[in-house]
Amino acid sequence: MYLVLFLAVAFFLMPVYMMLVTALKEPIAIGLDTAWQPPRTWNWASFAEAWVAFQPKLRNSFVLTVTAAAASAILGSLNGYVFAKWPFPGARIAFALILFGMFIPYQAILIPLFQFIKSIGLYGSIWGLVVVHTVYGLPITTLIFRNTYVEIPDALIEASSLEGAGFFAIYRRVVFPLSLPGFVVVIIWQFTQIWNEFLFAVSLSNPESQPITVALAQLSGGEAVRWNLPMAGALLAALPTLLVYVVFGRFFVRGLLAGSVKG
Amino acid sequence: MSWRKHRNQLTGFLVLLPSMILIGIFVYSFIARTIWSSLTDWGRDPSQALALEPVTRFIGLQNYRELFTGVIDGRFRQDLVSTVFFTLFFLAGCLLAGLLLAILIDHKPRGEAFFRAIFLFPFALSFVVTGTIWRWLLQPSGGVNRIPALVGLPPRTFEWLTSRRQVWRFDWSSLPVASAIALGLGLAIVAALAYRSRRRGGAVAAAVAAALGLALAVLLRGYRPLPFPELHGFNLAFVGIVVAAVWQMAGYTMALYLAGLTGIPEELREAAVVEGASGWHLYTRVILPLLAPVTLSAMIVLGHISLKIFDLVFAMAGPDNAYTDVPALLMFITTFRGNQFAKGAAIGVILLLLVALIIVPYLRSQLRREVSR
Amino acid sequence: MKARTSFFLAAALATLFAASTARAQEKLEIFSWWAGDEGPALKALIDKYTALHPNIQVINSTVTGGSGVNARAVLKTRMLGGDPPDSFQVHAGQELIGTWVVANRMEDLSSLFASEGWNAKFPPGLIALLSSRGGIWSVPVNIHRSNVMWYVPANLKKWGVTPPKTWDEFLATCKALQAKGVAHPLVVGENWTQNHLWESVALGTLGPDDWSALWAGKLKFTDPKVVKVWDTFGKVLACSNPDAAGLSWQQATDRLLKGDGAFNVMGDWAAGYMVTTLKLKPGEGFGWEASPGTGGVFMMLSDSFGLPKGAKHRDAALLWLKLLGSREGQDIFNPLKGSIAARLDSDLGKYNAYLQSAAKDWKGDKVVGSLVHGAVAPESFGSQFGTVMEIYLSGHNAEAASSAAQAIADQVGLGK
Repeated sequence: MYLVLFLAVAFFLMPVYMMLVTALKEPIAIGLDTAWQPPRTWNWASFAEAWVAFQPKLRNSFVLTVTAAAASAILGSLNGYVFAKWPFPGARIAFALILFGMFIPYQAILIPLFQFIKSIGLYGSIWGLVVVHTVYGLPITTLIFRNTYVEIPDALIEASSLEGAGFFAIYRRVVFPLSLPGFVVVIIWQFTQIWNEFLFAVSLSNPESQPITVALAQLSGGEAVRWNLPMAGALLAALPTLLVYVVFGRFFVRGLLAGSVKG
Repeated sequence: MSWRKHRNQLTGFLVLLPSMILIGIFVYSFIARTIWSSLTDWGRDPSQALALEPVTRFIGLQNYRELFTGVIDGRFRQDLVSTVFFTLFFLAGCLLAGLLLAILIDHKPRGEAFFRAIFLFPFALSFVVTGTIWRWLLQPSGGVNRIPALVGLPPRTFEWLTSRRQVWRFDWSSLPVASAIALGLGLAIVAALAYRSRRRGGAVAAAVAAALGLALAVLLRGYRPLPFPELHGFNLAFVGIVVAAVWQMAGYTMALYLAGLTGIPEELREAAVVEGASGWHLYTRVILPLLAPVTLSAMIVLGHISLKIFDLVFAMAGPDNAYTDVPALLMFITTFRGNQFAKGAAIGVILLLLVALIIVPYLRSQLRREVSR
Repeated sequence: MKARTSFFLAAALATLFAASTARAQEKLEIFSWWAGDEGPALKALIDKYTALHPNIQVINSTVTGGSGVNARAVLKTRMLGGDPPDSFQVHAGQELIGTWVVANRMEDLSSLFASEGWNAKFPPGLIALLSSRGGIWSVPVNIHRSNVMWYVPANLKKWGVTPPKTWDEFLATCKALQAKGVAHPLVVGENWTQNHLWESVALGTLGPDDWSALWAGKLKFTDPKVVKVWDTFGKVLACSNPDAAGLSWQQATDRLLKGDGAFNVMGDWAAGYMVTTLKLKPGEGFGWEASPGTGGVFMMLSDSFGLPKGAKHRDAALLWLKLLGSREGQDIFNPLKGSIAARLDSDLGKYNAYLQSAAKDWKGDKVVGSLVHGAVAPESFGSQFGTVMEIYLSGHNAEAASSAAQAIADQVGLGK
């Protein structure tokens, strides 16, 4: 069993080794024949250069990701609560309609999206991206929270209602305290999606509001790509998401278990 | 207190309203505009394509006709075939790998958290990063092909992403007849099943539909959508893409299965063991069926990712590798490099329909099941 | 008295402050897809602009990735949305004309060319490529040459061959080299480099006049002369490395330098790579000739900037264009970029040995435009040329490729 595990680990880590090794080589030493060999001199300059390219955009990425993830999580939680506990007539259709939004290919709506964002004056601002990612995150967050809340026994809701609690009071007292697993899954998913997203980031931002995914693409630009730069950049760009995983990782599985998984 | 419940339902509706309006705008109005664009000739006339106020004519389904039967759009048809194959292999790969890893970790090896973190971390990367690394790894003269060289064996020579080889070829012109036959047979099976479970009405309807399908097959026998045979098949270049995609998503699938496995009560497993099931049998007869909802859930999420796949292929093979082309990428190039906005929109709509084909039945079955609960 | 002086002082300072902030409002947004190694050249130009016009803030919007596809997506999205950048990078020629000029989105720069005296400073062949419908549409800042064949002089000497002057000679040299043990005398890379090779073969087989006729719609792709191009191309490919599809153009150059091949046809950014990254000396570490059959013809591609209609900062953009077309601007940009100036009067002392030789050819040779790099064919054609190449490569059927090319040409209205 351990043999299989170690083979799997090797398969999963092999690309990381390659990334590290290439990032640490000098451009002239990067070649196909010597791809696997560790660098002779450790060229940390590529990390420094990638960091210089990223630094101004990091703030944009953080503001964008944290705000949009939080907004879509809160809205998703409220939506999920409505669908799970207070389904009005026609709620099933509404849910299906919202859910379908998860599946659209983004390239298909890029042009109308741009024109709309521009018409409401949010083009070029980080808030335009925040709105876009919040809205497109609504379907999946609503789904996850609805599945989580469906597991909450109706009796709890009934009891609270009988005590005189209204819609929001029940949410505050009963539902929200039980939401932690849902929030964890949603935050992890949204953080990953938004932090790594490129197409909207490049189309709807200007140089001041660009997230780091755009800066990452710049590193692999040019006619003669110096591979150490994009590799170093990719490693740096992945760090925050990895951090989120390390911190919340064990809650992720628990959160998936708590009902978001159920068919 | 029915009025209280109704009042809460109303509040709920009002709470939901902003989201519905937003989705209405950002999803449905844009889809409508894209569908409308696909029915025009936007892009065919260069003087209107990028004008400030493009003037376009309504041409109905001509874009779609060209995509499916036009001579120049063979690339699109291969993309459709490629995407079907890619989805199959990607799903199979992720489900198998995810299940295997989940079962291994479920046995609680030492360092479980470490293993879990390693398998899950590729999910944290963006497809662009994954594509960039694997592109480097799968270069035919370096990377993975050289691994045997590290232990003294000769290097492999598989061309990975640059392969031009195609297997399992079939002629596009045979598709209409083949699909009509498949449809007819499928409906016949549905009719038989409905008949067995006493749903007379459904059985008759399905039987009629099956007969129609087979009749259609006979009618279409002479129909040639294309003037000459056009072969499509599975491009071996996709093997590399499947490997990279599975590397990225197997961890997520594993997490899903782990959650599912943890949800299987201990008593159930013990009961099964007591009744004589062990090892292999335990898994295939007891555990896997219980994991069916997880499998379905994973298939839906992975399925829609694979149908829309763009970033990964773009990063790995660039926009011009015809052998790893996928519809989303073709749409992007057709629209933004070839200036054919209407045709690009048509490809987008077809993509949407493909996704809907899988998602809509799933959604309906889910919601129906919920009601009966 | 003191109160009055201080009041006037304060008022003066306030006015100055207001004036300076009012002046500092002016901006200029430049859109390009340059990054990586090409970044320093653009930056040098922007620095010069800022030095000349300190009150104008330059916003450098670069979008990289996908060999320009990402930049095109963003640019087109913005232009359709009515938000043009003040000036954007575009390949001179049909890439600009066939997309933006026909859609009436660009301003005619003829008066600028006249007032700056540029009509005398650029070769007439270039002006012809920049013009359409009586107007001139962009300012070329650099020139790259497409039809160059690279080799290592020491290796050729070792094998006892000389650079061939026609494609027939090339095929003969190829046989000779194979006899000497060089299995794949021509080094080729991935898809677009094969298209790049094709245009050199086409130019060398058709000659400059027929080449231009092809793009004017006067010569059909199905004409026997053009079909023959594919046959020659197939024979040339037979001399190349079979694993071409897996090599980037730099990796192909690396192979050439290692001695695994004898020749490589690539644009002259290869010289920039060899000089700057690999630190080779032009003439010693590598040598060059016009690709076979194209001696005396300069197949050019050019990065240029135009003026979109509705640019928010039109005056600043015009100043940018003036800098781009000036001798000083071009001589700042090009040595760093590794290309030559489009102007005929640049200070050659600033350029390396290869670029000096290219500049000499630029003065004297006949100028034609590149297909692969957007000079002679609009995007609607160029974007689908890959399909034509694929059709050829999968069956080596020259007729099929030719009819496909003609079908696409008809569909996009080539030459009209």
